[in-house]
Amino acid sequence: MTIKAVGVVSRAKPGQFLHIKCGKAAAPFLRRPLSIHRVDKEQGLLFLLFQVKGAGTLWLASQQPGDVLDILGPLGNGFKPPARDSALLLVAGGIGIAPLFFLAEEAAAKGSLVKVVIGARNLDHLLLLDKLAEAGATVLAATEDGSFGFRGTAIDLLTKALQEEKADLICACGPRGMLAKTASIAEKRQIPCFVSLEEYMACGVGACRGCAIKVLTSDGNMDYLNVCSHGPVFAAGEVAW
Amino acid sequence: MRSDLTVEIAGIRMKNPVMDASGTFGFGVEYQPLMDISRLGALVTKSVTLEPVCGNPPPRIWETAGGMLNSIGLQNPGLEVFLAEKLPLLHGFNLPVLVNIAGKTLEEYVALAAALEQAPGVAGLEVNISCPNVKEGGMAFGADPSSAAAVTKAVRAASSLPVIVKLSPNVTDITVIARAVEGAGASAISLINTLAGMAIDHEKRRPILGNVTGGLSGPAVKPVALYQVWRVCQAVRIPVIGMGGIMNAGDAIQFMLAGAAAVAVGAANFVQPDVMLEIIDGIEDYMVRHRVAKVNQLVGALEIT
Repeated sequence: MTIKAVGVVSRAKPGQFLHIKCGKAAAPFLRRPLSIHRVDKEQGLLFLLFQVKGAGTLWLASQQPGDVLDILGPLGNGFKPPARDSALLLVAGGIGIAPLFFLAEEAAAKGSLVKVVIGARNLDHLLLLDKLAEAGATVLAATEDGSFGFRGTAIDLLTKALQEEKADLICACGPRGMLAKTASIAEKRQIPCFVSLEEYMACGVGACRGCAIKVLTSDGNMDYLNVCSHGPVFAAGEVAW
Repeated sequence: MRSDLTVEIAGIRMKNPVMDASGTFGFGVEYQPLMDISRLGALVTKSVTLEPVCGNPPPRIWETAGGMLNSIGLQNPGLEVFLAEKLPLLHGFNLPVLVNIAGKTLEEYVALAAALEQAPGVAGLEVNISCPNVKEGGMAFGADPSSAAAVTKAVRAASSLPVIVKLSPNVTDITVIARAVEGAGASAISLINTLAGMAIDHEKRRPILGNVTGGLSGPAVKPVALYQVWRVCQAVRIPVIGMGGIMNAGDAIQFMLAGAAAVAVGAANFVQPDVMLEIIDGIEDYMVRHRVAKVNQLVGALEIT
C-alpha cells in the first residue's frame, strides 16, 4: 500500500512505525501499529507491506486509491544507522522483511555491505527477493519446505552465513522465537545485534504502558519498557527472552 | 454571548469540565507533541506509588468488542522520580494538576499524600482505591465501605489538598461506597474505574493477558458508567467526575446530564490523541445550540418524567 504523507516521510527512519486508525467506526477500536516498509522522499510517499491478520488489516487492505487515512507517525526509535563500509547482516522471518527493507535500502545507498538472510515457510511467503537485490543487498533465502533456496529456517541459514563471512552488525525482525535465537547467536559471536519487536499496543506514544516487554537492566534487575516509545528496536542483549 | 465552560470542583477552578482519565494520558508530557495540553480543564496523572512499580507481564492490552482490556498494573517510576522529573514538566501550562495516588497499604497512601502536600503545582489528589490489576491494595480498598472510608479519612488528615476518591464499579452497591467516602471527608468522587474482565484464547486454552485478568474500558462500558454516575450523583452532595467510555462531546454531555460536574476521557485518547480538545469544542457548540450560558447548568439536568 502506498500513502502520500510528505510530513511523515521527511522524518521517517528505518525501523519506525505508523499507528493507523483502521476503520471510520468504533470498531476496530484501537489503532494498528505497522512498520514503515520504505519511503520515497522525492515524492513524499510511504509504503506499507503487511499481512491481513484481523479486522484492522482487513479494513486497511480494502482501501481504494484516493481514500484518506488517519495515521500517527513516524513513531518509535528506529534502527541506528550502521557505520559506513560496515558489513550489515539482516535477518528477516516472513513479513519481518517489511521494516528491514527500508534499512537495507538506506544502508546500501550509504555504502554498507548489506546481506539479508530471509526465511519463510515456502516460496510464496518469501518476499522482495528481487527488490532487495536491486537495492544492492546480497540475498540468502531459506524455505522450510525447500521450495526455494536453502532448505531450513532463517536461523540455520544465519549460522551458515556467519561461518562463511563475518558481520559487524546484525538487525533482525520476525517471530519472537527467531529473534531470540538470533540474539543468542550474535551474543556468542560478540556481534552487536538489534531486534525490532511487536506487542499489542494502545496509545503508541509512551503514555499507557500497554505495549511493555520485559528487559534486563544494567544492574541485573528486570523492568518493562514500551515497544512504542523505547522501541520498537531494542538491543538484543537488553531483552529478557 | 460567550459560553462559560468554567467549573469549580472541590475548590479547583477549571477552564472547562474536561480532563483525562488517570492512566490513559501518562504524565501529560507524552501527548504534548500531539496537542495543546494547556487547553484541558485539568490534567490527571497516571497513578503514582511510593516505590517504583514495574507492572504486570505482557500482554497487557487486548482489544474487545467496543473497547479494550488492560492489565498494566500501575507501572510508574515512583514518587521520588515523579517529583523530580515528571511534575516539573507540567509547570507553566496554567493547568490544575491532579495527582493520582495508589498504595498497597494505608500508610503508603498517607505518605504519598503528605509528600504531595509539599510539592509545588499540585492542585489536588485523586485517590485510586479501584485498580483491578494489582494484588495488594487497589480495588480491595474500594470494594469495602469501611476500608474505602479509612483510606479517605487518612489521606484527608495527611493533606490539605482537595481529595477526590476514585471508585470501582466492581461492587454490589456503589452508592454505599460513595456515601462512605463522602462521610470520611472526600472533597469529590470520580468514577468509574475499569470493569474487571478477562479474555481467553480457546485454541491454546490460555488466558490472553499476562496477568490473566484485566480491566475493561472504552465505549462498551459507557452505559454501565452512566448508570453508576447517575446513581452516585443522587446519593452524595459532593461533586462527581464522570468517566467511562466517553468518545465525543455527546457522551461527555450525557455524563453531565446524569449529574457529573466534570468528565474524564480515557481510552478515547488512544484512538484520537486530540479527542479531548474536540470534546471541549463540542460541548461549547452544544451550549450555543441549546442556549446554555454556563456549563454547570447541564449538571444533573436530566429530565425524567
